[in-house]
Amino acid sequence: MSDEIKLQTPLTTEMLEGLNVGDKVLLSGTIYTARDAAHKRLVELLEAGKELPFDPVGAVIYYVGPAPARPGKPIGSAGPTTSYRMDPYAPALMDAGLKGMIGKGPRGQAVIDSMVKNKAVYFAAVGGAAVVTAQAVKEAKIIAYEDLGAEAIRELKVVDFPVFVANDTKGNDIYQIGVEKYKIDD
Amino acid sequence: MKEINVSRVIPVVKKLCIDSNYYASPDVVEKIEYFLEKEESPTARDILNLILENHKKAAEEQMPMCQDTGVAVVFVELGQDVHLIGGDFNEAINEGVRQGYQEGYLRKSMVDDPVIERKNTKDNTPALIYTEIVPGNSLKITVAPKGGGAENMSEVKMMKAADGIEGVKDFVVDRIKRSGGNPCPPVVVGVGIGGSFEQSALLAKKALLRPLNEKNPDPKWAAVEDEILERINKLGIGPQGLGGRTTALAVQILYKPCHIASMPVAVNVNCHAHRHLSAVID
Repeated sequence: MSDEIKLQTPLTTEMLEGLNVGDKVLLSGTIYTARDAAHKRLVELLEAGKELPFDPVGAVIYYVGPAPARPGKPIGSAGPTTSYRMDPYAPALMDAGLKGMIGKGPRGQAVIDSMVKNKAVYFAAVGGAAVVTAQAVKEAKIIAYEDLGAEAIRELKVVDFPVFVANDTKGNDIYQIGVEKYKIDD
Repeated sequence: MKEINVSRVIPVVKKLCIDSNYYASPDVVEKIEYFLEKEESPTARDILNLILENHKKAAEEQMPMCQDTGVAVVFVELGQDVHLIGGDFNEAINEGVRQGYQEGYLRKSMVDDPVIERKNTKDNTPALIYTEIVPGNSLKITVAPKGGGAENMSEVKMMKAADGIEGVKDFVVDRIKRSGGNPCPPVVVGVGIGGSFEQSALLAKKALLRPLNEKNPDPKWAAVEDEILERINKLGIGPQGLGGRTTALAVQILYKPCHIASMPVAVNVNCHAHRHLSAVID
């Protein structure tokens, strides 16, 4: 479980099918930030049949609202936010080609079913380890919704961004499997 | 009577906001190291090590350990022999928060008109200020930045006296079980019992302020805290909910008297960052 798997974006079904829950992944390439308010706008665009601010095919969305960057740094502290709030929007984005989501905390069954259908993966980043994750971000630029501040959509270039596979393409859920494994019944 | 000019409050609050976000509290680090020793899950150990590495890097890089630098919860203990002069005390606290969040590169996470507009106030004000009048002639200020993920897993339950202590234990354990990985475990669990609907919630938040290396002074309640903690750490949720033994670092309880018909119980969940820092102005 401690062996690290390196993945480069954009992600493909072939790259993801071999992943299992609990796998430690170092992700490199381009990822996009979006959280509550940005997701609402993205799904409104999809419903209106309009183009998204980035190509969703093979893309990875990171659920994060970073802290402000110090001068000379690409980004401030940038750990994951809780993912369930994005559950109402995630299946529509996966239907549009989204292959990866990064956040923290368990997902609903509709999201898990959509991951199986679309061969997509949900990665858990370590909540609160926001300096370590920020250091994996080499470049950041706002590409949409600047008015949302911390919630704007940013394009991030990341190198060896540390995550764990929380839901794989086979419908497995680490939030159930991991807990079952370590649960002690009285 | 001692006079304290409120302008002295501004730099103190500013520094507390910044330092509580940059520097992990030693009692928190100590607890994480203690549980790391006992943790059986390799993934959980990876995560706990990453959290400890993050604490070091946050201090080195002068960055907040978490991007969610929270709502600025401010507890004030105001000595009754203090006369505050020179302006509006609450505004001075808000100015300290404003300066701390701006100059410390902390995230501004407050939205006004919280349902319809949800418009960011852009300076993380207003702070949530709780002032208590106490004997003495000094002013103690505690800043406890509170993240949204853990706060969202909190709950007040108006229980019945017949539910008893076992009912209280079951409610707290069940609240953490239902929270799963959402509140950024390993969590610290604040429990407030008694008072009224709103006072139990405030007690739960205040219970979080006790240092993690201090036991409840009442052995009877210390035993309850230990038992709840043990039951929580048998749930298997583990760090970040990915499975493991370390779901909570501590359970801390405060209580007050309440009405004969009532037994309110509140659970306030804090993430592993568990930020709070105090200063005294005299």
